[in-house]
Amino acid sequence: MASGEALTTSGYIVHHLTNLSVGQGFWTFHLDTLIVSGLLGLFAFIGMAKLAGKASVTNPGKMQTLVELVLSFVDQQAKDTYHGRSPLVTPLAITIFIWVFLMNAMDLIPVDFIPLLLGLTGVHYFKVVPTTDPNLTFAMSLTVFTIMLVMGVKVKGVGGFLHEVFTVPFGAKLAPLNLLFRIIEDIAKPISLSLRLFGNMYAGEMVFILIALMGIWQLPLALPWALFHILIITLQAFVFMMLTIVYLSMASESHG
Amino acid sequence: MNINATLFGEAIWFGVFIWITMKYVWPPLQKAMADRQKLIADGLAAGERAKHELELAGKRSADALRDAKAKSAELITAAEKRAAQMVEEAKLTAKVEADKVVASAKAEIAQQVEQARAELRGRLADLAVAGAERILKREVDAKAHSEMLVALKQEL
Repeated sequence: MASGEALTTSGYIVHHLTNLSVGQGFWTFHLDTLIVSGLLGLFAFIGMAKLAGKASVTNPGKMQTLVELVLSFVDQQAKDTYHGRSPLVTPLAITIFIWVFLMNAMDLIPVDFIPLLLGLTGVHYFKVVPTTDPNLTFAMSLTVFTIMLVMGVKVKGVGGFLHEVFTVPFGAKLAPLNLLFRIIEDIAKPISLSLRLFGNMYAGEMVFILIALMGIWQLPLALPWALFHILIITLQAFVFMMLTIVYLSMASESHG
Repeated sequence: MNINATLFGEAIWFGVFIWITMKYVWPPLQKAMADRQKLIADGLAAGERAKHELELAGKRSADALRDAKAKSAELITAAEKRAAQMVEEAKLTAKVEADKVVASAKAEIAQQVEQARAELRGRLADLAVAGAERILKREVDAKAHSEMLVALKQEL
């Protein structure tokens, strides 16, 4: 609990939902989001890169088996949905699934644990779950959106892409309407993608905070919610990954 | 909900992680998994092949055994036949030999009988002469009667 802040319920909640930030206005950086997501990603992906560098064909270790299990699962999903041949889709799906999963999993750390530890060192705000920061979810969904557009143009060519934009779904006579539909459809994709993840994780974190406010009653409540939350953590990572693959496959196949 | 420059930082992180996965994580692991799959498939195929070969070898060995048995049976039959033939031949030879021996013995016996008869004939003439001498109680001129005696000898 930050010193000087009122020990009220709303104060407690607001404190837990405030980012550690530097900068002013738009040029504000949420250090907690950037650091936690960066550390988790570096840990996971550099670790996996090291493991992959000395991957054994005949005698895989336990860690290699685990990583291979997860990666081949993701690859299977990507192959089932995305029928083109792209060297990007599977790695992208792997990155999303593992990174989002790890960031969501930060939700399982007791809500007061890290703020309390960091509070001792003078850092008063720290939101430990990066996926409760819409900046992160929007960064991811907009990156996916950009890849989606680039892939669409690359697969169909500029002419084919524009043709599709203006003629699907109502035909060339209703070109403006088609364009409007396409814009709405495409804008809805990154927004729904990022807000779904953000909303789920934010709500989950909020429930943890509310449970933490219940005094002794949090003991029987926090555990079931955490167990249930394991499901949400995995499911949201999976949904983000799956929708990304679906969007990419839609972008590289013709709509007709 | 405040969107700010954190967005760019996170986009950079995301790009970096995609790049790491695309370059250093997925290709080697995919290759390792594909190699392992191939290794396993090859091993299974080799096992299947070996099984098939074993089956064939078993069939071949059974065939060889059957052939060998048939051949040995044939050989035994031939040998038995040959043995019987040899026995038969030996019997024949022995019979011929025995006949020869018997014949020669018979001839010898006949010869001896003839000899003994001639001898006996000579001695009988002598005996007859001696008997006649005794009967006549006097010297009989052998010269005078020799003609008669030879005739007698011839008669015997």
